[in-house]
Amino acid sequence: MAFASYSFLIFLAALLVVYYTVPGRVQWVFLLAGSLLFYLGSGWQNLVYMLLTATSTYAATRLMERNQRVFDRKTAKLRNRGWLLLCLGLNFGLLGVCKLRLTFEDLLLPMGISFYMFQSMGYVLDVYRGSQRAEGNPAKLLLFVSYFPQLIQGPISRFSELGPRLLASHPRNEEQISFGLQRILWGYFKKLVIADRIAPAVAALRGPEHTGLSFLVLTVFYAIQIYGDFTGGIDIAIGVSETLGIRLPENFVRPFFSKNTAEYWRRWHITLGAWMKDYIFYPVSVSAPLRKLSKAARRRWPKFGKRLPVYAASLATWCCTGIWHGVTPNFLLWGLLNCGVIVISGELTPLYEKFHSRFHLREKGWYGGFEMLRTFFLMNLIRIVDLFPDVGEYFRRLGSLFTSWYVPFSDLGLTGLDYGILFLGCMLLFAVSLLQERKGSIRELLWEHTRLRYILMFLLFLTVLLMGNYGIGYEPGNFIYNQF
Amino acid sequence: MKKCTFWALCLGSLYLLQMLLVPKYMEQSPEGALTGEYYPEAGNHDVIFIGDCEVYENFSPITLWQEYGITSHIRGSAQQMIWQSYYLLEETFQYETPEVVVFNVLSMKYDTPQSTGSQSRREAYNRMTLDTMRWSSSKWNAILASMTEEERQWEAMATYLVPILRYHDRWSQLTNEDFSYWFHRDRVSHNGYLMQTGVKPYTDAYAEPPLADYQFGENSWHYLDKMVSLCAEYGTQLVLIKAPSLSPVWWPEWEEQIAEYAGKNDLLYINMLTCQKEIGIDWSRDTYDAGLHLNVWGAEKVSRWLGKILSGQCGVPDRRDQEGLAEIWAEKVLRYESEKKETQP
Repeated sequence: MAFASYSFLIFLAALLVVYYTVPGRVQWVFLLAGSLLFYLGSGWQNLVYMLLTATSTYAATRLMERNQRVFDRKTAKLRNRGWLLLCLGLNFGLLGVCKLRLTFEDLLLPMGISFYMFQSMGYVLDVYRGSQRAEGNPAKLLLFVSYFPQLIQGPISRFSELGPRLLASHPRNEEQISFGLQRILWGYFKKLVIADRIAPAVAALRGPEHTGLSFLVLTVFYAIQIYGDFTGGIDIAIGVSETLGIRLPENFVRPFFSKNTAEYWRRWHITLGAWMKDYIFYPVSVSAPLRKLSKAARRRWPKFGKRLPVYAASLATWCCTGIWHGVTPNFLLWGLLNCGVIVISGELTPLYEKFHSRFHLREKGWYGGFEMLRTFFLMNLIRIVDLFPDVGEYFRRLGSLFTSWYVPFSDLGLTGLDYGILFLGCMLLFAVSLLQERKGSIRELLWEHTRLRYILMFLLFLTVLLMGNYGIGYEPGNFIYNQF
Repeated sequence: MKKCTFWALCLGSLYLLQMLLVPKYMEQSPEGALTGEYYPEAGNHDVIFIGDCEVYENFSPITLWQEYGITSHIRGSAQQMIWQSYYLLEETFQYETPEVVVFNVLSMKYDTPQSTGSQSRREAYNRMTLDTMRWSSSKWNAILASMTEEERQWEAMATYLVPILRYHDRWSQLTNEDFSYWFHRDRVSHNGYLMQTGVKPYTDAYAEPPLADYQFGENSWHYLDKMVSLCAEYGTQLVLIKAPSLSPVWWPEWEEQIAEYAGKNDLLYINMLTCQKEIGIDWSRDTYDAGLHLNVWGAEKVSRWLGKILSGQCGVPDRRDQEGLAEIWAEKVLRYESEKKETQP
């Protein structure tokens, strides 16, 4: 069941009615039933994959907890490591096989597998570390794995945060439901009015004939598309969850306002970044072999040796993040480029600071804008690697950047009206983001102004209704992050 | 109270917007407006014609009235499939019980929705037939029957229930017609007959490649059987016809199957292609599109000829002396003659 479908809206409406009618103590049961029904909509075969993850997660975590109770610390740790490796191996192995089949046999990935698997494995690791108790009720754990709003494209939640919220009683709260619906509407605006409208131009510009400035335009168009698509999907997910009284973590904080790459990654796909940081970066950087290596290196190159664990952990983290997106060379390159830019930027920070203070750049208003634009274009050039499984082709296009200034705007499958709608849509998106950046949540600001809020929401609804790319005659693309 | 007013205003605006955005089918493609023309005098028709363009362009109810006092109405629409014909007939019986139902058998050639062309073409014709039908179980079933398995989803069904979901992007194509007919529609037909006054003579014979299989499909027979049962249930005589259109070709193998079916079910079957001389069709003057359909003069000839059979063999009564009817039909005749006069080249 896709978010951008009438079936989903009908499903959500029915679930909300049932959810707020049944007693609070059994709400989670209906949530589980709804989640499984939602997932069944994508085919029963996919459900098998998810049940396998849920079952292995449950079994491994219960056994770990039992070992901690029954055996002494050392034996328990040894045994638990075995269960951990088995569970991680089974699940990541399954994910790897699915991704390989996607690459070589062009088969679709089971819906949301990367998301629910990472969420589940995070929980297994937490139980292994002893920072999380194993859930004893398999149905409650299954709800954590299958919770439908975040199933398709995240955000990736932690059991310690989401678990209690899922299982708690949620009386009907008009404010929360209203906020949720507004967020859903905003998500549809980004997805249907912006992302899906610009999609044909992105597809056209991928053609090998588009080099030179066209390539730069492609990077900008793709940035708009993926931002609208991914953040729109996340807005819908968070909004849907909000209508059910369950808060999900934010996944984006206006990433295009970032002034450097590190900041960008603190604002873009935040929950994946946090997962990678907690379960890969930190464990790798403090691992015994790396500490030994760092110690040895420090003897010859003190500065480098000290930084070595950070470099190695960054490399491991970014390679994993790249592979998480896909097992093709372009995603590995994508990870390496991000890693390279972040590491180099980190190393050059003292030099930047000197430069900034020498010319008093921080005091100049325009410089902040320049930094944002610089980060925007730099990230665009890295992000576009997504679209080029043939890495050589990416470098060929990159090399052609200054060879041609012609961009065939009229041949990209968009009419003048489409460009007009896109321009106005992006302006609205920019204005709202700017307002959020300066004043915080607009929904909260508007809450007191009932009349204005209702009128604005109705206008937004009309915009989505009339200008959204959906229905017969369109090919409503699934959310891009469904494929990961 | 304030909230209620707000929601009422929102729903009202959406309804108005929907009325503006749906196609009007008044000046362009008027055949799309035919199904929506429900006449206030429903209940008074002795003959109902059901079928595609070979019906709504080849028979004139006004001539049947003028010549034989037969009250008739055509429930026709472009590319009307047999399953749509069945459900339109089912719906008709909710309003009236005619003496005779005349069904054009050309649509037997399309067995399933898949066989009726590309999805966009199919959708366009389905919309013209179904969008303006009044809501009933017949409409719902007609929509379901008109879709392929893959299309039969909430996504498509929702657009029939709430048409703005289908036509939401028409705001950029609105014309004067949309504003002129925002709140009302004119009648485009004369009791379902869409008048054509142009002349384009038939010159060359239509050559169509032979078919691999001439057998009508199971689904087509199923709906024809249902029509027979439905008419029997209401005590209405079903007459099968093949209208005198020269293309698409009506193959002899098809003729055999229909003739055999009519014989088995004790139905009257008339293939007007074999009676062209008797009818008096002059293909150099009586067609507006080189033999595909008849113009008004051809339609009048065919109606005069068929009227004889309807009043004679089928026993449809002459109602010209019936109180009240004469005035209603006089008005119709006046409008018909005036349009004929105004539009003829």
